[in-house]
Amino acid sequence: MTGASERPSLIGRNLLAGAEPDVAGDAGHEGHPPRVGFFTDTSVCIGCKACEVACKEWNAVPEDGLDFTGMSFDNSQGLGASTWRHVAFIEQSKPLGRAEAAVDHSDVDVLALASRGSGTPVEEAAITPTSPASPSPDGQTGLRWLMASDVCKHCTHAACLDVCPTGALFRTEFGTVVVQDDICNGCGYCVPACPYGVIDVRPEDGGAHKCTLCYDRLGAGQEPACAKACPTDSIQFGPLDELRERAAARVEELHRVGVEDARLYGHDPEDGVGGDGAFFLLLDEPEVYGLPPDPVVTTRDLPSMWRHAGAAALTLLGGVAAVFAAQGVSGRRTGRRR
Amino acid sequence: MSESEVTRDGIRGARPGRHALVGKGMWNGERPGRKARKGGKGRKGDQPMVPRAEFTSYYGRPVLNPPTWHPRDIAGYFFLGGLAGAGSVLAAGAELTGRPVMARALKVSSLAALTGSAAALINDLGRPGRFANMLRVFKPTSPMSVGSWVLAAYGPMAGAAVASDLAGRLPRTGRAATVAAALLGPAVASYTAVLAADTAVPAWHDGYRELPFVFVGSAAAAAGGMALLASPVAENAPARGVALLGTAVETAAAKAMERRLGVVAETYREGRAGRLMRTAEALSAAGALGGALLGRRSRTAAAVSGAALLAASACTRFGVFYAGMRSAEDPKYTVLPQRERLEARREGSRDG
Repeated sequence: MTGASERPSLIGRNLLAGAEPDVAGDAGHEGHPPRVGFFTDTSVCIGCKACEVACKEWNAVPEDGLDFTGMSFDNSQGLGASTWRHVAFIEQSKPLGRAEAAVDHSDVDVLALASRGSGTPVEEAAITPTSPASPSPDGQTGLRWLMASDVCKHCTHAACLDVCPTGALFRTEFGTVVVQDDICNGCGYCVPACPYGVIDVRPEDGGAHKCTLCYDRLGAGQEPACAKACPTDSIQFGPLDELRERAAARVEELHRVGVEDARLYGHDPEDGVGGDGAFFLLLDEPEVYGLPPDPVVTTRDLPSMWRHAGAAALTLLGGVAAVFAAQGVSGRRTGRRR
Repeated sequence: MSESEVTRDGIRGARPGRHALVGKGMWNGERPGRKARKGGKGRKGDQPMVPRAEFTSYYGRPVLNPPTWHPRDIAGYFFLGGLAGAGSVLAAGAELTGRPVMARALKVSSLAALTGSAAALINDLGRPGRFANMLRVFKPTSPMSVGSWVLAAYGPMAGAAVASDLAGRLPRTGRAATVAAALLGPAVASYTAVLAADTAVPAWHDGYRELPFVFVGSAAAAAGGMALLASPVAENAPARGVALLGTAVETAAAKAMERRLGVVAETYREGRAGRLMRTAEALSAAGALGGALLGRRSRTAAAVSGAALLAASACTRFGVFYAGMRSAEDPKYTVLPQRERLEARREGSRDG
């Protein structure tokens, strides 16, 4: 626009919060590839955890506890330094769309069936696994399992990256966020900064670790290991713009077939983190999956924080100066006592 | 492994939360087994804007990863950094108004506190050998980077001020270092509030407007306490004033912060953080008033008051630290405020 077209001014580019269209360019990458990410469509996730395994294998992430939680089929519990993909598992008494989960066997005489032997032709069978069920009196015929593979969101405004004091966290040319292990000194500031609870410090080596979106594979033109391993294409990898279009179409499709709970999460560039590089199609509120309902990058408020701290610092300086001014030069010398 | 047992009267020893009511809320804002606080102060209004809302979570697990910081190191650093920073301001005031004993004592205490701070910060690193990486870049978006540079500038000044004073050499250089340390001291004392607030931890972030005032107030009270402890009665008049002022600022800011925090304020009122915050309040009031009323007559009373103020400041910092930890570990404090925010936005767009 102006003469400084190569690197426009810092003003008006939403560098701390808000929509930021060219996140890699703003980080100094010139001629960079399009921003890539994940669209995780949880409506087709079968909870196989192939993504968890593929991630651990490819990235050589160490074992971090072979726990039995007893709460569900989820034993990896959440994202952390050594869990970069985490499959959440939720059981609900609720039908999935118009699907009928229960099969009504009330009018089946099993003894009569048994006397006819096992070779019942399908057309003569009183019931098959696909026979429709009659609704139960309370209308609660449904049961659904929600499974969702969680991952680092590679935020447009990544708090972990913003607060990292060493520059170990950086923005790649693909618009993703990666930790440089040889620079991280393990200060742990990124850990509480993340609004999603993704990054963590690994006790064994003292450094912070998280999903790299398989930075090494991207460089070689490969898709990340988890997306590669996903048998149902619940994890889809690609240019972010394309994924957003695909996700919008998928939500519409699900609404059409009666899955009214379907909603996107983290897709909106106007949200508190400027949109996620890895976003989701969920079938319930985000907090059901352990995701924050309205995450905000903490550095959005940083200018105001510095202003308040500046005011506090001046209060301290001014307050102490005022006290000394009121007391005057040492009482011993002047004889003044309060 | 499950320890439960099926009996005629039902299941015995069932694991709590086994039948998680996902989608309906894990518990209605009341943890099983948590005692409701009876009577007590600070319940006025009882957060009218926050009804006992139902909220949902993933098996009660935290949304955030809680800080990996060690309480002794980081809360200890908040205390020591405040003592050092505010102490340098007092030291300069004492030196410029002819109170040499107080000035020297505070210069020494500031340098000692700074040394302790650096040790605590390095000890808290996951890879202490790489502490020098803190000065690898300068990043205004990282309060820890800014703080590292502030400490790097402040440290030599505080050191030179002490060296000149104790050695009795280069008085003008010493005076300049003392003044420079006094100008950097408030930054040392206040930036730690931004360090805590610039996180997703609800009890810290949501209080970012008041937290710097809590911290400088606490720092001033600590430095006033150190001055009361270490200077003769004839010199301690400003220390009494600073202690009173610091305590007033800290108490007022902490109250304002609790009002703003809504449901998250519980983390400052309950549990370990609540006990620490109440202890801090009592100790700082006792110290500031004791110092003001008795500190001019009795050296002993001044010293006891000073010690109480120092202890109060430490309690405040540990209280703030533990409140933050609690707010990060309980999904309630992440989910409820965000839900409220969404609700308010929805209503706002409906009205607008």
